[in-house]
Formats: sequence, C-alpha cells, structure tokens
Amino acid sequence: MIMNRETIINSVLAALLIAIPLVAQAMGEIFIITLVTKVAILALAGVGLNIALGYGGLVSFGHAAFFGIGGYAAGILASHALNYQPIATWPFEISGSTQMIVIWAVALIASALAALVIGAITLRTSGVYFIMITLAFAQMIYYFAISWPAYGGEDGLSIYVRNGFPGLNTLDPISFFAICAVLLALALWFSAVLVRSRFGLALHGARQNDQRMKSVGIAPFRIKLTAFVISAMITGLAGALYADLNRFVSPSMLSWHMSGEIMVFVILGGVGRLFGPVAGAGLYILLEHLLGGAFDYWQLPLGVLLLLVVLFARGGLIGLLAGERKHA
Amino acid sequence: MPDAILSLSNVTKQFGALLASDQVTLDLKPGEIHALIGPNGAGKSTLIKQIAGELTPDSGEIHFAGQNIGGLDAVARARMGLARTFQVSSLMPEFSVLQNVLLAQQAVSGKIFRFFRPVLKDKSLIDPAMAQLERVGLADRAHMRAADISHGERRQLEMAVALSLQPKAFLLDEPMAGMGPEGSKRLTVFLDALRHQAPVLLVEHDMDAVFALADRISVLVYGKIIATGTVDDIRNNAEVRRAYLGEDAA
Repeated sequence: MIMNRETIINSVLAALLIAIPLVAQAMGEIFIITLVTKVAILALAGVGLNIALGYGGLVSFGHAAFFGIGGYAAGILASHALNYQPIATWPFEISGSTQMIVIWAVALIASALAALVIGAITLRTSGVYFIMITLAFAQMIYYFAISWPAYGGEDGLSIYVRNGFPGLNTLDPISFFAICAVLLALALWFSAVLVRSRFGLALHGARQNDQRMKSVGIAPFRIKLTAFVISAMITGLAGALYADLNRFVSPSMLSWHMSGEIMVFVILGGVGRLFGPVAGAGLYILLEHLLGGAFDYWQLPLGVLLLLVVLFARGGLIGLLAGERKHA
Repeated sequence: MPDAILSLSNVTKQFGALLASDQVTLDLKPGEIHALIGPNGAGKSTLIKQIAGELTPDSGEIHFAGQNIGGLDAVARARMGLARTFQVSSLMPEFSVLQNVLLAQQAVSGKIFRFFRPVLKDKSLIDPAMAQLERVGLADRAHMRAADISHGERRQLEMAVALSLQPKAFLLDEPMAGMGPEGSKRLTVFLDALRHQAPVLLVEHDMDAVFALADRISVLVYGKIIATGTVDDIRNNAEVRRAYLGEDAA
C-alpha cells in the first residue's frame, strides 16, 4: 500500500510539472514556464546527487563541480562556435558547437572524467572526511574558473543565442521546457531502474555494510565509484541545461553554495526517494519565488524548514506524504 | 600436507606487546570439521581475520586451494571460495532476508555491473537464493527485513549467505553464539552435514557441539596452538585441561 501511495504522489508531481507550463503557455505567462523549467533542471541535478547521496550514502558536498563543468561545457563550446575560434588545433582541430546534443555529450564525458578522478581519491575516505574532500575539490575547480581569464574568469561567460536542438526553436520557452522535461523523465526512469537492478542491490549494500560486501567478494569501492560517476554525469547534464536556460555560466555554478543547494533539494524532497529531488527543487523554487519577492531574508524560513525536515521528517516531503520507505 | 585445502604455517601477529598469533601452524583437510577452541582472548577471531584477509600477519604464510594468498585482500579471498561468518552477525539490516542472500548469489555469478534488469525478478538469482534459505530453514522469513528477525534467525541467515558463495572452505566464527539450546542442537545437525560440501574451520565455545562435530581440534592459548588432535586426544591432554580449568585445578 505504501508503495502505491508514493507512486500516486510521484504521478501527481509529474502531472503538475507538465500541466503548469502548459496552462501558463495558454495564459501567456512566459515567466512561469521559465520558472518551472528551472525546477526541472535543478531537479535533474538533484536526481544525479540522489544516486550518490540517497542510494549510495555518499554525502557529496562537491556536486557543484559537476554542475559547473556541465555549464562550462555549454558556455565554452558555444563561445568558440560563435567567434569561429577552434578550441584546440592540435592534434587535430576541434571546433565549438551550438548543438545541444554535442554539448550534452561533452558535458557528460567531462563530468564523468572529473568524477572518476575526484571519486578515486575521495572514496578512500568516508563520513565527514568524504564531505570535506569533495567540498575541497569543488572549491579548487571554483577558484580555477575564477582565475582563468580565457573564459570570463569571475565575470562568467555569456551564451548569446541559446544552443540549438534539431527541429525545435529552443528560444521558445515551452520548447526548451519540453527538452528539459524529457531529460528529467529519462533520468528518473534510469534512476528507478538502477535501484532495482543488480548494481542497485550492490550499491544499497555498499551503503550499509562494507565488511559484508567484502566477505561475499564484492569490492565496495568499485561499486561506489561507479555510482559516483553516474551521479556526476546526470548533475553535469543538468549544468549544461542550466547554462542554456540562463544563457550565462559563471563560477557561481561551481561554488559551494550550489553544492549546498543541490543537497537541500534532495534532503527537502526526501533522501533516496525517486521523486525527492523533484519535490525538493519545486518547493525550493516556490519558496524562493514567493518569499524572495516579499523580503530579503527568505532563506531564513527555508533554513528553519530544512531544520524541521531533518529533525522530524527524515523522508523529506515525499516521506511525509507517502510514509516510510518500503524495503523488501 | 599436500591434501590440505587451507594451511597456515608460522603465522604470527603482534599488537604492541600482545602476541595475538604466535607461530600458528594448522591446516584444514577436505571433508573435515576442524574446531579451533581456546579461552576468551586467545586470539581465535584474530586468526580468522588473518585467514579471511581482514588483517595481515606480521609473518608466516597462508595457503589456500594450492596458492599462497598472503598478497590477496578479503575480496579476492572470498572470490577464491573462502566463506566466513561473523561472531557478531554482519548483515545488511535494511535488506530483506532474501536480498541478503541475493547479494551473495550475484557476487558468485560475477555479474554485478548490470544496470537495467530488476534483480527481484531475476529467476537465475532468486531460485538458488530461495533454495539456500530453504536449506537453513528461513524460507518463510524471506521477505522480512534482516533487522526484524530474531537473533537465531540472523545466525541462520549468515549461514545461508555463506552457503550461497559455494565456497571451498567455511570459516565459522562462533556460529552458535547467543543461540538457545534448541537452536544449537539444530545447527549441530546442520554443520554435521556441511562438512561434505566443504571443510569447516569452526571457532566455537559450545563444547558439546565441538565434541560432537569435530574431526580434529586445535587449542589456542595466548595466541599459541598448544595441542592439535582428535576429540579423545584433546579430552585427555593434561596441558589442555590445565589451560581450560585454570592453573589451580591442575
């Protein structure tokens, strides 16, 4: 029964996410479409983190690194394409691109490589050390971006025309929303399939008991590293979309505030719950929009809310509505 | 000893001033239950950990299935067919009983990096897992959370997980610990048959069980093996009686 309730809530969330922009389109409320697009993209970033944090128990405080790498992949490729400067001339000429599909591929690969290096080092630690070292890596990349003048340094990099997708006018808000929603749906589907797979079982195991994993002959490190890389790739893809949404990428996408925000989406919505990041990002943006307009310190009530969730509703918003997770 | 599956020679491990394993030499032959007994703190669990690869001996060699396994970690040794159970049950508490066994089944299958097919619909894992649960008498508990079953049932589950690994040798660290007399009796019958599947190195405090089961017994005192022999040899060994009954009784 509990599973059913969660499925109903997930369906409602999905329906809202699709219905709101459609209604807004009919009413000509473009701003609302953009707002929901932002929710979808941030939820996608959260879906990525949820694989590491929720299923693997890997409290990464550095996922902004992947979000920002995805963003810079979009920014750098687009800027080269627009001023006809090749990115590299050796060993062969690599030119920029304004095609989203190319940009996504680069964002996925770049985040995967970064996660492979960062994960290979950080996953040798656990607990608070893991949190701190992932944070340190993300901050390193943040300061690197600030001090690298070629791509705008501290000022960031503008994307003058939103990157393209075959057959769609991406500057049309509802079309761009559709792209983001489809990618979010794919990520949610993959995430749902992943947790039930053999790999998912091993990942759940690696979270619970390293000793038991080893004694049945599975190296937990390899499982966690794979999950960390998959997690980073999804968050990196979200970063590329976020840069295209704002038509701007700056080091702030790499900062620890961003890591914290992504983590807040997951915790607010429900750690390890499929639609947790969707609920979390939705609530966050809603609060930001409603309270942020009213007074400057809107993050204060958010902080109180987060505190309440952590103290009294460990399953987050989804947990509160759907009850405790079913295990077997 | 060419026919031994597992053999330790001069294994030594020191923690500061404490000599936990002192030149330990013992072996495990096909079809036997070799019991390792000794007073608390004699270093039995430390020895099991060194065999399983969780601790590295300071010196000495461990051979398993014809190979020096000194350089292999716990994961590699488990893959070679060394299955151990823990003195304090070490399970996945959030998993169902079945999932605990499935994890072992998929480890043995070697196909872990599969991302799409749901594991709970995978007959090739479920059927053998249920068979192992049937064998230890836990089939009716398959869908309960491991954290919610009784202590004795958790011990049974540990056995089911070890069985699933289809090992070449079992390392059982006090499988009877905390079990009632009824449970101990059932487990004794179970272990008696287990030796035909693979030899068992059995660390156990329950002397009735040890005397009923063991083909050979080694006695560990202060990290040193003071005697190895059949049940009768050990029962009549003066040094063992002294170690067990205390210096005064000797």
